[in-house]
Amino acid sequence: MTIPYPDAQPGVWAATAMIAAVVLTSTTGEVLTAAAMKSIVDLDEIRAHSGMKGAIRAVVTCPLFFAGVSFLALAFFSLLFALNHLNLSLVAPASASLTLVTNAIAGKIFLKENVDRRRWASAVLVCIGVYLLAH
Amino acid sequence: MILGFVAVSAPLGDTCLSRGMTRLPAITLAHPATLIGAVFTPWIAVGIALLIGFFASYLTALSWADLTFVLPATAFGNVIVALLSRFWLQEPISLERWAGILLITLGVGFVARGPSLTERPEAGPEALTASKAPTAELPENELQEERAR
Repeated sequence: MTIPYPDAQPGVWAATAMIAAVVLTSTTGEVLTAAAMKSIVDLDEIRAHSGMKGAIRAVVTCPLFFAGVSFLALAFFSLLFALNHLNLSLVAPASASLTLVTNAIAGKIFLKENVDRRRWASAVLVCIGVYLLAH
Repeated sequence: MILGFVAVSAPLGDTCLSRGMTRLPAITLAHPATLIGAVFTPWIAVGIALLIGFFASYLTALSWADLTFVLPATAFGNVIVALLSRFWLQEPISLERWAGILLITLGVGFVARGPSLTERPEAGPEALTASKAPTAELPENELQEERAR
């Protein structure tokens, strides 16, 4: 992805590519992070047993967590990049609402979460709501 | 409580970032190093600090609830920010935005009435199930009480 004229407002495809990059990287990151946190036992319990240090150690010694955080960092920088070229009123609602739906799909496929009708409905409602609110 | 903090800190952090980034000149892919420099401007630093707090509580939430439960619940932060700007900053809210607030509230209400964690009696690979099984067998209200403590 190259943007030939950085000062001009990017075209539809460039904007789509930027938002898609944010959505894809953040979905991957969130699914990996969620998988990592599920592989550790309840963090509140760990903190009750071995304190804050124990909880932090449990998190940072999990390899999946680093994979997730790398993708989230990537998502963060692609968001910064997109914000620098596009309006917040476009990037924020589009990426936030799309991420909700892609996460519901990814959660069902990869995390085997029980995404029932109730969760689909709420994902879609919140998605539309976030778009309306942030637009 | 944790979900509430997650909900509020994320949009606030993003707002700080947005303020910071729009004040900078355009950044191109040809000079990625300028992005690193952007991290050290004040608004962006505050935004990042808020987002770190957000991330810690988000991780805690993810350790005891499903991703598809946490995400819609934290989207409620948008509603809080909108209502704050309405009653505190006296910004007008258009009909479209009220509709958005209503939809998010409905969605969050929907998801919050369901179970927060997928029950895994014997399915699922690895130690994941073994460690989670005792909590999953608890009835929902007992689980909530345990959280409260």
